[in-house]
Amino acid sequence: MGELVREAVLVLEEVRKSFGATAALTSGGLTVEAGSIHALVGENGAGKSTLVKIVAGVHRRDGGVFRFQGDDVDFTSTADAKAAGIAVIYQEPTLFPDLSVAENIFMGRQPLKSGRRFDRAAMCEQAEALFQRLGVQLNPRRIARGLSIADQQIIEIAKAISLDAALLIMDEPTAALSGVEVDRLFAVARGLRDEGRALVFISHRFEEIFALCDTVTVMRDGAYVATQAIAETNRDEIVAQMVGRELGELFPKVPAQIGDTVLRVEGLHSTGEFHDVNFEVRAGEIVGIAGLVGAGRSEIARAVFGVDGYDSGSVHLGGEAIPKRDPRASIRAGMAFVPEDRRLQGLVADGSIARNIASVIRRGLASAGFLTSRSEIRAADGWAARLQVKTHALDMPATTMSGGNQQKVVLAKWLSTDPSLLIVDEPTRGIDVGTKAEVHRLLSDLAGQGMAIVMISSELAEVLGMADRVLVVCEGRITADLDREQATPEAVMRAATQTHQEAGE
Amino acid sequence: MKNTVVNLLRSRELAVALVLVAVVVLTALKSESFVFSADGWRNLLVTPSMLMILAVGQAAVIITRNVDLSVGSVLGLTAYMTGRIFIEAPGIPIIVVVLAAIALGAVLGLVNGLVIAFAKVPALVITLGTLYIYRGVFLTWAGSDRINASDLPDEFLALGTRQIASVPVLSIAALAVLIAVGYYLYYSRGGREMYAIGSDPGAARLYGLPVTRRVISAFVLSGALAGLAGVVYAARYGTVSSGAGLGIELEAVGAAVIGGVAIFGGSGTVWGAAIGAALLVTINRALPVVGISDFWQRAVVGGLILAAIVLYRVLALRQERRLSIERDTRSLA
Repeated sequence: MGELVREAVLVLEEVRKSFGATAALTSGGLTVEAGSIHALVGENGAGKSTLVKIVAGVHRRDGGVFRFQGDDVDFTSTADAKAAGIAVIYQEPTLFPDLSVAENIFMGRQPLKSGRRFDRAAMCEQAEALFQRLGVQLNPRRIARGLSIADQQIIEIAKAISLDAALLIMDEPTAALSGVEVDRLFAVARGLRDEGRALVFISHRFEEIFALCDTVTVMRDGAYVATQAIAETNRDEIVAQMVGRELGELFPKVPAQIGDTVLRVEGLHSTGEFHDVNFEVRAGEIVGIAGLVGAGRSEIARAVFGVDGYDSGSVHLGGEAIPKRDPRASIRAGMAFVPEDRRLQGLVADGSIARNIASVIRRGLASAGFLTSRSEIRAADGWAARLQVKTHALDMPATTMSGGNQQKVVLAKWLSTDPSLLIVDEPTRGIDVGTKAEVHRLLSDLAGQGMAIVMISSELAEVLGMADRVLVVCEGRITADLDREQATPEAVMRAATQTHQEAGE
Repeated sequence: MKNTVVNLLRSRELAVALVLVAVVVLTALKSESFVFSADGWRNLLVTPSMLMILAVGQAAVIITRNVDLSVGSVLGLTAYMTGRIFIEAPGIPIIVVVLAAIALGAVLGLVNGLVIAFAKVPALVITLGTLYIYRGVFLTWAGSDRINASDLPDEFLALGTRQIASVPVLSIAALAVLIAVGYYLYYSRGGREMYAIGSDPGAARLYGLPVTRRVISAFVLSGALAGLAGVVYAARYGTVSSGAGLGIELEAVGAAVIGGVAIFGGSGTVWGAAIGAALLVTINRALPVVGISDFWQRAVVGGLILAAIVLYRVLALRQERRLSIERDTRSLA
C-alpha cells in the first residue's frame, strides 16, 4: 500500500463485528483515497455488507480503527454518517413505498418555501434534474410502491448523489440495472471521481470492476485479504483470492449412485417473482441452486414445497402431481424443506429439542389422540444420535444450542419424516467451520442412501464442492444448468450476473 | 399513470364524502328538520366535532404505524378536570382551563410515547394498558362524584351552543384543528417524516430519520387533542360522569379507517379521518330518524368499517398486481 502523501478519505483497519455468536467480521480493512473508485469484492458472506453498514452508522464496530477524512469516528446512527458526508446505496433498496419518488429522494431535507412548508414543485424539478443527469425516465410524482428493482435502485442512486457526499458507497448498485443504465451510472461515477470524491463500488461483475475501478480490495470470511491496483491484477488472481482454499478440502462429497427422477418442476411461473422454471432432481443427486441474494432462489424453493403459491406450472414428486399451496400434501408425498432462517421458520425455539424433532411426525406418534413427551423423546432419540446433536438432554429448549446444533435439530426434524426429497436453504449459514463439514458430510451420506437433495447456497465454494449439478438463478430465471465438471466459479458467477439483454442473445 | 395514482389517492376521501352527503340527503328527504331547522342544522355540524378532533389525532398516530387506544380515558379524565377546575376556582378564564386540559392530555400522550419508544413494545399493548390506568386514575379521583351543568359557568356552557354566522363555535374549533394538523402533515418536513416512518420503519431508521422523536410527537399530539376533546365534551354535554368517553377510542380508530387511513401506516389523510368521523356520527343519528332499530345501527357501523377495509385492500391489491405485471412485461421487452 506504500507511503501516503495525504491521509486517505476512509481508513478501516482490523475492524471486528460479531452478531451474537456469529463473527461477521474478524479483521475487516479498507483504505480509500480521494478521487478514486475502489472496488470491494468477496463472496456472499465475506463481510462486505457488514463493513459497509459499519461505515454507514447502521452497526457499531466491536473493535478496530475507523478514520474518516483524517478523524477517528464512531457513528452511532445513519444520520451521523450522513452528516459527516457519507452516502450509501444499500444492496436492498430502502424506499418508503407510500410516498412519491421525489419525496423519497429528498426526505428530511426537502426544499422549503415561506411558512416552513416544503416546495413540492421545486422538489420535483430537482428530482427531474437528477434523473436527467442519470439519463433515466422516471416520474417524480408517482408513488414508489410497485417500482421495479431497477427503478428503485435508480432512486437510491439519485438519493445518494443528491447528498453531495465526500464518500459514496455503492453496494451492488448494478445488480438490477440494464446495460444502458449501467453505462449512465458509470459516467456519473467517473464525474464524481473527477470532482475528487471517493467511491466504493461493490459488485460481482468483473467486467464492471475492470471497466470502472482503479483499485480493488478483496475480502474473505470476514477478513481483509489484499489491495491492488486494477492494472496490476487480473480476474483469475482476484477469484483465487476470493475463494482462497482448495475446493473439496472442506466438503467431503462422496459420489453416489444416481437413480430415477424424483422431482420434476415444469414451467413454474409467479408474477413478479420467477418465470418459466424447469428442472429435475434424481435420486442420489445433490442439485445446488446458486445465484445472488434476491435472485429468487428461495422463492422457487418455497413455491415447490407449497408454502407460497404460483401462477402456472406443475410440480411432480415421484411421478405424482403435488398440489400447489399445500405443504402438508408435500410432506405426505415425501418432501422435506429446511428453510433459510431456522430461528424464524424452522424451530420452535422455546420448545424442547425432542418436541422440535417430533413436531412434523406428531400424527404418527399420538396414541389415542394424546401426545406424550415420552413418545416424542423416543422418536427424537434415534435421529439426534445419528446427527450427533451435542446437548445434555432432549428436553432442553432449542434456543440454548449453538447454530450448528440448531441446524442439526431442524434437519433431524425433517429426516424423521423419511423424505425422498430434501430441500435445504442455506444449510450452513452462521455455522462454524467444523460443524459445516459435519453438515456437508451428512448431506453427502443422505444422497448416498438415495435421497434427492436440493441445496440452495450463497456460498460459492459450498455449491461447487457439494453439488452434482448446479442450477444458477438470475432475476427469477434459471440461466445455467451446469454439471460438476462445467461448474467453475467463473461460469456460475457469469450466469448469476447476466442481464436479460445478454440472456436473449 | 400519474393521474390514476392521484385519482386513487383522492378518491378515498371523495368516496367517503359522497357517502356522507348521500346519508344527509336521504335522511333529509325522510325528515326535513334533520337539516332544515335551526336545531337540525346545528346538530348536524356540532355533533361530529368531538369525534373529529379525536380522529385527527388518531390518524396522525396511525400514519406512523401505531395506534392510540387510551384517548377515551384521556378524554374522560380531562373532561372531569375541566369541571373540577371550574368548581375549585370559580371565575377562572375559560382559555386557561382549555389550555390546562390540552396540557394534561399532552402529558398523558407523552407517557404513551415514551413507553412505546423506549420499551419497544407495540403501541396496541401499551395504550391498552394506559387505557385502563388512565381510567383507573379518573375513577379514583372522581369516585361517585360527577360534574353537573350547574357546576359549570354559563359562558362555558354557552360554547356548546354558540354560533358564529350560523356555524357552531365547536365546529369551528374542530375545523381549525383539522386545518392545522392537515397543513403540518402535508407541508412540513416533520409531517412527511411521519408518513415515511409509517411506510417503512426499517427504512426510516436506515435513512437516519428521527423515528423515536416523531413517534413520540404523534402520541403527544393525539393526547393533546384528546384533552381538547375532553373540554368539548364538558361544554357540549354539561355533565361528566365516570363513564365519559368510554369506548370512544374505537370510534376514533374506526373513523380514521373509514376515512382511508391505512391501518398499517404510511398513507391516508386527516381530512379523510375527519370525514370518516362525520360519517360515523351522522349515520348514528340518521338511522333512528329513518326508523332503524338499535341493533341494526351498530351493525351498520361495523359493516361500514369492514366495507372500507375490504374496498381499500382490493384497490391496493389490484394496483400492486397491475404494477407487477407492468414490471414483468417491461423487463422482458
